[in-house]
Amino acid sequence: MRRDSPLLLSRRSVLFGTGALVLSFSGRGLAQTVTAPGDETQNFQAVPEPAPDLPGSLKTNPDLDSWIRIAPDGRVTVFTGKAELGQGIRTALLQVAAEELEAPFEALSLVGPDTSASPNEGFTAGSHSVQDSGTAIRNAAAQVRDILIGEAARRWTLPVENLRAEAGAVIAPDGQRATYGELVSAELIEVRAQPNSRLKDPNSFREMGRPRPRIDIPRKVTGGEAYVQDMRPEGMVHGRIVRPPSPGARLVSVDTAGVEAMPGVLKVVRDGSFLGLVAQKEWQAIKAMWALSAAARWEERQTLPDATNLPAVLMAMPREDAEVVREGTPAPGSVKTIEARFTRPYQLHASIGPSCAIGVLENGTTTVWTHSQGVYPLRQAIAEMLRVPPEEVRCVHQEGSGCYGHNAADDVAADAALLAQALPRRPVRVQWMREQEHAWEPFSPGMVTEVRAGLDANGNVTDWTYGVWSNTHNSRPGGAPALLAAQHLATPFPPKPAKVQITKEGNGDRNSNPLYAFPSRDVTWHFLPDMPLRVSALRGLGAYMNVVSIECFMDELAAAADADPVEYRLRHLQDPRARDVVNLAARRFGWRPKMSLPKHHGVGFAFARYKNLAAYCAVAMEVEVEPSSGRVRMVRASTAVDAGEVVNPDGIANQVQGGILQSASWTLYEAVTFDPTRVTSVDWSTYPILRFDALPDTIDVEIIPRPGEAFLGAGECSQGPGGAALANAIMAATGQRIRDLPLTRERIRAAVGEG
Amino acid sequence: MVALTVNGTRHEIEAEPDTPLLYVLRDECHLHGAKYGCGLGQCGACTVIVGGEAVLSCVTPLLLLENKEVTTVEGLGTIEQPGPMQQAFIEEQAAQCGYCIPGMMMRAQALLGRNPAATDGEIRAHMEPNLCRCGTHMRIMAAIRRAGELMQTSGRAASADAPQRAG
Amino acid sequence: MRIARFLIIVVAMGLVGLGGFVAYAWESEIDPIDPPQRTAFDPALVKHGADLAAVGNCNVCHTAPGGKVFAGGLALPTPFGTIYATNITPDPETGIGRWSEEAFVRSMREGVDREGNHLYPAFPYDHFTRVTDEDNRALYAYLMTREPVRAETPANELPFPIDQRMVLAGWKLLFFDEGVYEADTAQSQTWNRGAYLAEGLGHCGACHSPRNALGAVRTDAHYAGGESEGWTAYALNADSPAPIPWDVDALTHYLHTGWETRHGVARGPMAPVTQNLGVLPDTEARAIATYVASVMREPTPEKRQRAEALLAAETAHPPGVQVQSAGSQTAPVLPADAQRGAAIYAAACSSCHDAGRPLPYGGLRLDHSTAMYGPTPANPINVILNGLPAPEGERGPIMPGFAGSLDDGQIVDLLAYLRSTFSDRPPWEDPGPLVARLREAGVEAGVYALDSGSAAPANPSKQETTW
Repeated sequence: MRRDSPLLLSRRSVLFGTGALVLSFSGRGLAQTVTAPGDETQNFQAVPEPAPDLPGSLKTNPDLDSWIRIAPDGRVTVFTGKAELGQGIRTALLQVAAEELEAPFEALSLVGPDTSASPNEGFTAGSHSVQDSGTAIRNAAAQVRDILIGEAARRWTLPVENLRAEAGAVIAPDGQRATYGELVSAELIEVRAQPNSRLKDPNSFREMGRPRPRIDIPRKVTGGEAYVQDMRPEGMVHGRIVRPPSPGARLVSVDTAGVEAMPGVLKVVRDGSFLGLVAQKEWQAIKAMWALSAAARWEERQTLPDATNLPAVLMAMPREDAEVVREGTPAPGSVKTIEARFTRPYQLHASIGPSCAIGVLENGTTTVWTHSQGVYPLRQAIAEMLRVPPEEVRCVHQEGSGCYGHNAADDVAADAALLAQALPRRPVRVQWMREQEHAWEPFSPGMVTEVRAGLDANGNVTDWTYGVWSNTHNSRPGGAPALLAAQHLATPFPPKPAKVQITKEGNGDRNSNPLYAFPSRDVTWHFLPDMPLRVSALRGLGAYMNVVSIECFMDELAAAADADPVEYRLRHLQDPRARDVVNLAARRFGWRPKMSLPKHHGVGFAFARYKNLAAYCAVAMEVEVEPSSGRVRMVRASTAVDAGEVVNPDGIANQVQGGILQSASWTLYEAVTFDPTRVTSVDWSTYPILRFDALPDTIDVEIIPRPGEAFLGAGECSQGPGGAALANAIMAATGQRIRDLPLTRERIRAAVGEG
Repeated sequence: MVALTVNGTRHEIEAEPDTPLLYVLRDECHLHGAKYGCGLGQCGACTVIVGGEAVLSCVTPLLLLENKEVTTVEGLGTIEQPGPMQQAFIEEQAAQCGYCIPGMMMRAQALLGRNPAATDGEIRAHMEPNLCRCGTHMRIMAAIRRAGELMQTSGRAASADAPQRAG
Repeated sequence: MRIARFLIIVVAMGLVGLGGFVAYAWESEIDPIDPPQRTAFDPALVKHGADLAAVGNCNVCHTAPGGKVFAGGLALPTPFGTIYATNITPDPETGIGRWSEEAFVRSMREGVDREGNHLYPAFPYDHFTRVTDEDNRALYAYLMTREPVRAETPANELPFPIDQRMVLAGWKLLFFDEGVYEADTAQSQTWNRGAYLAEGLGHCGACHSPRNALGAVRTDAHYAGGESEGWTAYALNADSPAPIPWDVDALTHYLHTGWETRHGVARGPMAPVTQNLGVLPDTEARAIATYVASVMREPTPEKRQRAEALLAAETAHPPGVQVQSAGSQTAPVLPADAQRGAAIYAAACSSCHDAGRPLPYGGLRLDHSTAMYGPTPANPINVILNGLPAPEGERGPIMPGFAGSLDDGQIVDLLAYLRSTFSDRPPWEDPGPLVARLREAGVEAGVYALDSGSAAPANPSKQETTW
């Protein structure tokens, strides 16, 4: 058996301590993490790391039993601080645990995130879930498995080397068998994790690397209670909030008497400009909300920037310049300089299901069921808002509609917590209305990028200068001031000013440093501290816009060099894994220099390594553009991904395909609109997104297997390359480069020029 | 009081007659398959079937439904015995967050109920009103195609069975 | 019935003398040419032609659903049978690639194709005959520089003797008034520009004037209202049923953007017309509006009074007053003793239509809706059944259709309530059969998505699905 290979055993030493079994392994750290929870910008300095020498999230939670517990009947509970957001993480984490623990997948269940039960892993963000939680669970599972083997060895007085674990039991050479349930005791795994684990050889995997069907899907397609929106705790009532008509508005007066008399209305709550109500039934709550909205008088102010000229507004804002990277010296022989500016408006997360939470105040504790990405930071923020100690707040994760980053999940949790205070012991379910979700979620900020490069006589880059103008893409953890309701209270928590920070994984500057091997580079984040519109993290933070800018510009450079876009990229790429995905995507697509295509068709290519340290992704896409209308139809796309060690390949393919279509929607259609006072994109009529008629015929995804390599987060790897490949294909189809997103029909038609 | 049939079960609903079917299903029948997405009839998350047609339950008041037959995703099968549409979505793993999926399934069911051999073009045109934000569209398309195949196979099986039962 | 009458006319023609008629009807073939090079045309002329083609709405008929623009193939149902729009791309075999400019001008002016065949007046040459040679040259330049698309036009499905094109010569003899538009020197330049566009390329009368039994536009009932694809095209003359009378500004806005705040959103076959006009400078829309407003004339004192009353009622509930991000809808108020139609309106319609959210995204106050005052309920039926589908990737109004949730009887009750509540007109004659027919027609009934945020035309070939 490979798992008992002499090589492994010879490197291993087993130490018996007092009472507890402590194992230590040297060398063979097969899939050690390349990142830590705290590396993710949104978790930066937010999660304490008491054990920085341990892999993954063991850094933050080093005790084995905070990850894995085994009941006497052999049932295994795995704990995670990472939330299911539709990315399939629960299935993947259980696959990891089942693999290393040598337990049947079916015997495992997953708990968390829950501030009363699961480890604190900060936010579920930045494609870190498998990297952080997966790495922690994998190592914890391996260590628990070996502890149980050690326990069996102790009981049977046999050398551990002679024992093996299989299907939830330890087995001796003579066939003697002890289940984990028989072997386990609480003290046994109440131990601190070790830096190194005896991880399984990828060749012996039976669970990881296999496309296991997701555990959550059957419930979701049969009408089971799958989301916080579907929960119905005993005695539940329905809350709704009347939000101000505009960001600068203040509630002057409201006559609540009429609404209080409406059928089913239990309570109207007003605190400053925070206005809400609770009713028996949901439809009663909605009708009461409309009536309350009509009864409220607001004072509005013009606080929003000039939407018609947004790029100029952004570039004229006060700013702090932060150096992202400055290295190398320009190569000699530059014969020409090319530059370009790209712009992107504010964009939305735009969940299909408006945000929802259930709050209940019982026995002095406020419990909130929430689809927040970070239950621990949320608990902190709500406690601060309620002015109670954090121990009096519990946040339990329950799935919601996909959030794609920091949407209104935390805000609605705060709303539910506030309304719950007014009606103790009654669980209050609050769901935002469509208009509220569109107008009040934190937006992804508008951005401008400028890029300049020198080319030598062969068309190679001699120097590279890049700047990105942007707000922060992250307003958490922000405590109470980050919660919308808290900003509206009579004693408000005003929003905190944002500070520029250059971090390993980036923020607005994420992926602003290209992976290409240029002789010199100078990358600056022109950080904009003023936030006239509330902003925070949308999938990928600045990566989408930075990758689109860089990859569109690479095509412009290739054109100036009279080179094929794929060859031109390969010329400047040294990282062999990057070259592999570029070559593979091109091969799958059937990419050829100067491909012959039907009229008005075009092909585009793009590549990026997410955050320059997570998954590699290359996308090739063909589009057709109808010049008379400017309408774009995607025809087909081919994608190659290197996500390191793969847990669930089908899950990665699903995420990558989804990312391409989501970023196609951003690229072609999406812009938050506003007048000087109000946000005016408040529904799908005014903020259109991709529908079925724009679908390509195929999107194929090939994942390069990298057994034994570290996990590389893949959940957000395709948005940048997907959007850029689409933009490049449109350029190829029309001959016109449009540098202002979104690439609407109107802009394309104007650029093409009828006639 | 309005009487309607949901998934074959007759309900006498005590609710205000302007209550949208969505809230009747969720609050009165405790069926959570239909989801609130916009309340404006713009996204399709609340789609159910009324008398064979896909209907947006968020804009369909109870008073229109006297004696009508409503089918929700719960009526297509159970987690133990999924129906062809559910089976197809599971087999194709056609969900990311999955919030839009019950609405997708019900709209697709209305089409395949009429024509299980619908072409890709017909499926796309028919699914146009329903929005997905995760970008699961390609798998949703695949699942609908597969559901059509499953229905045709089981349809043939059923019609092959029928004479035997009759005999 | 109509066909029988047609046969009588054909027999009557026989009396005129077959020989003489054939001599009259015969048109010569114009020699084919080699398709001209793109470079043969002045780009400015091509651009001018593009604008004119937009006025002519050419793309809408000459593009099949899902097909290439101008490649033809769209089935046009007529009372006489189905006629297929032809391929007007410069494909030499299946399109107009071998047409000389002379042949093109003749087709526009006389309704005769290059080979000398008479064309069916589904191609509105009764209007296009007014187009100047100069503009025809520009249109020709535009069409001949489009992408040639090989697409065979399906054969028309017409009964004998209507399938005999020679018959059309008789039709022309009776109904066709050939000749370029002649300016009315008593009118302004803008008015004349508008009249030229509306009567010529714009062919407004093709839908907005009634037709006789032989499908000819009735010159005695100019703009008195007609129909198109299952929709009523409302009268544009003094009989305009609009409760808030149109004026030049309102018409201009409507034609240019596809909506107007007190008249509603263009839907049905009018939606693509406004989308096409939207790509032109609004001076063209204003010219057409100037002309059409003059045909409508100043509203009568009664109409003016009615409009003032409606506008006064509006101040109690002006558009936009409730619009907040907290809600673009309003709580329905259901009277306890409401009739079924009233109850349906309150429960299903009022939360948007009474919310005061401004157009184009909000629901129109129905007392402002021309449809409530119209001679037939076809348009409200189509909108109730199919709604306003979402335009692809563009901002635009969306209204859900109620075909699945309202049965015919419920729609009839709702229509009765709407008519009696939101207009001062007598009830529509039993709309039941029309509801059933339009439900049957479904998407065939010309349901077009309309975008509003951009002036771009939707893919004209794309008739959106119903909701």
